[in-house]
Amino acid sequence: MAINWFKYSSPASFYFLAGKMIPLFSIAATILFAAGLYIGFFVAPTDFQQGEAYRIIFIHVPAAWMSMFLYVMMAIWAGIGLAFNTRLSSMMATAIAPTGAMFTFLALWTGALWGKPMWGTWWVWDARLTSELILLFLYIGFMSLQAAIDDPRRADKAGAVIALVGVVNIPIIYFSVKWWNTLHQGATVSVTQSPKMATTMLTGMLIMSIACWMYAIAVILIRTRTIILERERHTAWVGELRGVAQ
Amino acid sequence: MSLWVIQRDLLLAIRRRADVLTTLFFFIIVVSLFPLGVGPEINILRTMAPGVVWVAALLASMLSLGRMFSSDYLDGTLEQMLLSPQSLAMLVLGKALAHWLVTGVPLVLMSPVLGIQYDLSADALLVLTASLLLGTPVLSLIGAIGAALTLGLRGGGVLVSLLVLPLYIPVLIFGAGAVEASAAGLGAGAHLSLLGAFLLASLVLAPWATAVSLRISME
Repeated sequence: MAINWFKYSSPASFYFLAGKMIPLFSIAATILFAAGLYIGFFVAPTDFQQGEAYRIIFIHVPAAWMSMFLYVMMAIWAGIGLAFNTRLSSMMATAIAPTGAMFTFLALWTGALWGKPMWGTWWVWDARLTSELILLFLYIGFMSLQAAIDDPRRADKAGAVIALVGVVNIPIIYFSVKWWNTLHQGATVSVTQSPKMATTMLTGMLIMSIACWMYAIAVILIRTRTIILERERHTAWVGELRGVAQ
Repeated sequence: MSLWVIQRDLLLAIRRRADVLTTLFFFIIVVSLFPLGVGPEINILRTMAPGVVWVAALLASMLSLGRMFSSDYLDGTLEQMLLSPQSLAMLVLGKALAHWLVTGVPLVLMSPVLGIQYDLSADALLVLTASLLLGTPVLSLIGAIGAALTLGLRGGGVLVSLLVLPLYIPVLIFGAGAVEASAAGLGAGAHLSLLGAFLLASLVLAPWATAVSLRISME
């Protein structure tokens, strides 16, 4: 059976599809978070070098992965919205931004919490930390640009341009920061020198990553639904929906 | 086509000299404020100089971005440019280059004098000026995207800084890094080559992105 994908590119039909998908992803996220945290806190052994403090990686690493991945996803959706003029893609991009920024902030925050006992300092001008901080700036730029524009279609397109410009720049920024760091030779500590990980630790981290995925999808779908309702509030189908609810 | 736009924008700038001078004096004042903030210790100042000059150049270039399109937007010239059969990207390239000639070039010419305030050696002054010469046009070209996107928005001036400053970071790193590398005996060649690469890439890509942004902002 062939599925007509274009059917779901209409906000009206996607609204109901998303409504059905949200519970599935929410439940999956809850179960996986519970399992991942259980493994992280009780099953995974204490690291002989870093002690208990290493356990923050169970949230830190997935958050850092998500922060980067969501930016690329946001740019892809925004780009599709700009190229094909599909409203739903742009709404997805707008919905992804706050979650991506949240994960970026979480990665920075947990990194600082981990850095204090390990490196003895909250913040190091390491290449990864610096580029993660710049990533947060890019998210904030995208969101504030969209917030400043009243016309939603112009906001979508302007946001798409800045997201795509950002995506082109991310590798450039990353390598500049890396070379800048080696030139200064200030921070000698590196996040990359982690010892080989025990299998349980890796399992825990992977489960937590999938949990973050499920959480991100659920939250993004919820936000997309809200954006759809807000933008389509004058249409007949939303009016019917309101009639049903009353 | 671009030449015509450059000529026109330069003529407008000459008629309104105060705008050009404001940006230049902003640059001079910011650079002169740092010794007052961190103290007159000349060894500290010498190591800080490239970074300070470059950050000031970034801010000065960013502050003048608002003028790139706004007056043309208000008096309707920009609309005519969008309607004209000529390629919008080429017109935008002309406007960005005019912005550089009006705001970037004075900074480049002034930077050796400011470098002397910080007791930079002759070699370092040369590298600093060369890095600014290669880097400031990139700032104007990237900035044009931000200026086009924020055209006619409330609080556009602050917003453009949020959009544009993160994108300026590579230019800042290699611009200030060139001086440090030459001071460390590594030679500034690699840094200057990278700045040149940024310049070429932004010459090709930025006007196109700016043209798309202008169409979005004007529709």
